Amino acid sequence: MPDFLLEIGTEEIPARMIQTAAAELEKRIHDLLVRERLPAAEAVSGFDTPRRLAVIAPGIPAAQPDITEQLTGPSLSVAFKNGEPTPAAHAFAKKAGVEISQLERVTTPKGEYLAAKVTKKGRSSAEILAEALPKEIAFIYWPKNMYWRKPSERFVRPVRWLVALLDDQVVPLEFDGVRAGNTSRGHRLLGEASVRISRPGTYVEELYAAKVMGRDVRKMLIAEQLSLTARLANGFLRQDDSLLDTVTDLTEFPTVILGDFDPEFLSLPEEVLVTVMRDHQKYFAVEDAQHKLMPHFLAVLNTEGDREGIIRHGNARVLRARFNDARFFWQTDQKRSLLDRVGLLKNVTFQKDLGSYYEKTIRVQRLCSWLSEIVRQNNIAVRPGVVHKAALLAKTDLTTELVKEFTELQGIVGGLYAREQELDSELPAATRLAIADVIYDHYKPESMEDSVPRSLEGAVLSVGDKADTIAGMFALGLVPSGSKDPFALRRQANAIVKTIAEHKLPFRLTELVQDARAEYAGSPAEKKFGNKDFASATGSFFRERLEFYLRDTLGFKYDVVNAVLAAGAENVVDAVARAEAVTKVRPSPDFESLSVAFKRVKNILRQAQESKKQIAAAPDSNLLQEAAEKELAGQIPLTAKAVEALRAGQEYEPALLEISRLRPVVDKFFDQVMVMVEDEKVRANRLSLLQTLLKEFSTIADFSEIVTEGPKESSN
Amino acid sequence: MTSTRPKSLTFQELILRLQTFWAQRGCVLQQPYDVEVGAGTMAPETFLRVLGPTPYKVAYVQPSRRPADGRYGENPNRLFKHMQLQVILKPPPENIQELYLESLGAIGIDLHQHDIKFEEDNWESPTLGAWGIGWQVMLDGLEITQFTYFQQCGGVDLDPISVELTYGLERIGAFLQDVDSIYDIVWARDPESGHEVKYGDVRLADELQFSVYNFELADVASAWKHFELCEAECKGLIDQYAAHRKAPAEAGSWDKNRFPLLGAYDLCLKCSHMFNILDARGAISVTERVGVIARVRALAVGIAKAWVDQHQDEPAPAEASPVAKKSKQETAPVS
Repeated sequence: MPDFLLEIGTEEIPARMIQTAAAELEKRIHDLLVRERLPAAEAVSGFDTPRRLAVIAPGIPAAQPDITEQLTGPSLSVAFKNGEPTPAAHAFAKKAGVEISQLERVTTPKGEYLAAKVTKKGRSSAEILAEALPKEIAFIYWPKNMYWRKPSERFVRPVRWLVALLDDQVVPLEFDGVRAGNTSRGHRLLGEASVRISRPGTYVEELYAAKVMGRDVRKMLIAEQLSLTARLANGFLRQDDSLLDTVTDLTEFPTVILGDFDPEFLSLPEEVLVTVMRDHQKYFAVEDAQHKLMPHFLAVLNTEGDREGIIRHGNARVLRARFNDARFFWQTDQKRSLLDRVGLLKNVTFQKDLGSYYEKTIRVQRLCSWLSEIVRQNNIAVRPGVVHKAALLAKTDLTTELVKEFTELQGIVGGLYAREQELDSELPAATRLAIADVIYDHYKPESMEDSVPRSLEGAVLSVGDKADTIAGMFALGLVPSGSKDPFALRRQANAIVKTIAEHKLPFRLTELVQDARAEYAGSPAEKKFGNKDFASATGSFFRERLEFYLRDTLGFKYDVVNAVLAAGAENVVDAVARAEAVTKVRPSPDFESLSVAFKRVKNILRQAQESKKQIAAAPDSNLLQEAAEKELAGQIPLTAKAVEALRAGQEYEPALLEISRLRPVVDKFFDQVMVMVEDEKVRANRLSLLQTLLKEFSTIADFSEIVTEGPKESSN
Repeated sequence: MTSTRPKSLTFQELILRLQTFWAQRGCVLQQPYDVEVGAGTMAPETFLRVLGPTPYKVAYVQPSRRPADGRYGENPNRLFKHMQLQVILKPPPENIQELYLESLGAIGIDLHQHDIKFEEDNWESPTLGAWGIGWQVMLDGLEITQFTYFQQCGGVDLDPISVELTYGLERIGAFLQDVDSIYDIVWARDPESGHEVKYGDVRLADELQFSVYNFELADVASAWKHFELCEAECKGLIDQYAAHRKAPAEAGSWDKNRFPLLGAYDLCLKCSHMFNILDARGAISVTERVGVIARVRALAVGIAKAWVDQHQDEPAPAEASPVAKKSKQETAPVS
């Protein structure tokens, strides 16, 4: 069985896109082979570099297996007249490709029929691959496609060569005018321009000889060299996994070099130095044993080495210019304090319809004052003055040269400057520092992995700032849909949920966004607000975010999350507590059984409503007949009272246990009482009893949402 | 002279070498466009030539003015006016990347001693309604060239595609000469006396005075007036062209090829430059900004559409698009 290799040779693919596309191609080829009944003997594997995506499928059949099937023809009575074959028999024989004498007879319940065995020849794998692969290649998803000539296919970058081999035979496929062959290309500078691939099994070695390494090898090598090289400077690598992925996807034959910079630059904040190195130069930082930055950098080259130090010299020169710029900006920025910059925010657009950052600042400041007040009313110690001042200054760093140059440092630079400038001398030093930290943190968390702001005041500002953005965008109708979320509103809402949860803030989600919306009242922006579904759109948006947080970040089971959110999706902290309690109680047999009972209650009530059966407003004790229903009716208020007391104290687990103690009473009710009886009054009363049961005990979670394993009747 | 090390290229030699390299590969050597532009892309040799079907290869140096980038000659890495060497290849040959790397050899860069990477960097100009896909070319960590496959220009989908190579001449010059300040780049060296003229000698006054002008003294009211005059005239020309095309009978013996769309384009460039000056002066408010950019784009898009129309009958020369032709021949027997 031959091995199969496909290599798509391109101009440099953007590093950020390679991994997803490589995985997709691997899957496409695996699926194609399975679909075409040409499964590989061993797992299909990928090989990718910036200039190629390749897939190897070891041991695939040379051809599809033949398929033998039986064709049924006309019945004997039709096929033969007076012992002679009729035209129908001739036609069938012709269709089956055999002589009439070779036709068989089969007996079916409907009688005897002519039949023939027909063998469908499997097609060769070369033929199938040549036909199917161009489509598979064209279907690969790229975040951004291009034309390189017209008319042509679109692809991420121009396709320049193709290798397609079944052992040593070229598979004659063609993609956009490029014909597959057995010639690949080596590393741009170190390898041969054309590299003959003998067979799929030797592809990796032959490319290695042409100075091209597979991704895993490159990544391991870079990681190892980074650590070792940092040790040469008596330092340690400052780990950066995403940067490691990036440089891996920028190289075919990596080498790490160590460079230095003037220790004088260490007077600049580490945040600035590391950002310049990482985001602008893709260098790794080196730190000492105390994690303090050292005046070195590690660069990953796409070449063999730097014997004469020319490359190191060049890189150090570029970094020096960058650091000089940063220092120049830092010094220039000090000429104007953050306080003096508040007015300048009038010239910085927040969003074209929502006005400037100055207007945003004023709104957020007002909103945060109110949020601080809510926090205070809930007996949580907060410093409203700190929030107020930080909110005023939070966006001023957008007018600084340093942030204009290094936008990813927004917030951080404001925090650093606030610390440096000592703001208001009348404030105690500790307060000034607290304000600086709040500014520094207020974009946090930037992802679900990122930490939330350190202080409570930072959390309030972070939430308020993001709520203002979400409210404005939703009011304009700029609502995220599908994969489209240009303003990253989902990320910001996730950040709000996470911050509220971790700081245990007493904010209710839709009230928060409505309060934020209210701050736009009377502004020019408000005239452009056209979203009539604001309340429902923000409601379901935040509910989804909370669901995501509970399920994906905290790891609660989806049915627990559904049950909890059905009983309320407004209060994040409360929802988390309820989810925890439900998760704990859920395995108990009483709870399982009760959730089955609640599903039954829900069904009965739904059917009653559908068939327009009357349900009494409240159960009437005079209409209770059976002992079991009397018992249930008597128990409900007792349990409800106990549960309510526990629930009010947010003691959800004991509350749920209390509810689960209803099980025997509820079970007995269903065993002994028929709900849908003929007597209208009795029926209406029993339905009302069930409705009360459901209403009283679904305030912590809707148990009917819990997925139970069902009756254990299967034998395994 | 004590050093025996061969001198690296002067700034003007760098330009000459690159021009010679591309001339030898069939490019027309154009001269810088004589209206203020913010980038080589804005010169008509790029903006208009990439439109329509006619193949073209051109290289030129384009001094590019960006008023807001001025630093009074005080910052060693930043300029109000920098120089780009712009190459347009329409359509691009298949070995375009290799050709580009060869051009680096022509200016004395032995790639075997360096680290070169093509890192994703797509280009977009909202004012021109233009965008493309490509890379920034990094040499030992320094961005030396923007390499772009144009996809759209003036809002028009391009066919054929053009490749634009934009070499940052000051950066490359400073790299080759290993100096930390652009102003220290040797621009020219007298072959007889060895006397050196530096970049600063040639251009420092330019940087200082234009920074003062652009940031402090440019008259905002008259800049707005200039903008509006140029815009109105440009718009008038575009409308006139459209009107003639709509009612050819009334136009009588009107010859569309005589119509000065090139003149209209100059006016559009002037608007763009006035916008940049106003921006540097801080005279454009947040709310205005997007709107003003859209006004300039409307002109650029109007001209691009008209230009395509004006040149639609031009036959593509016989040597057109070797790549496309070759592939046609190859694909024929297969299908």
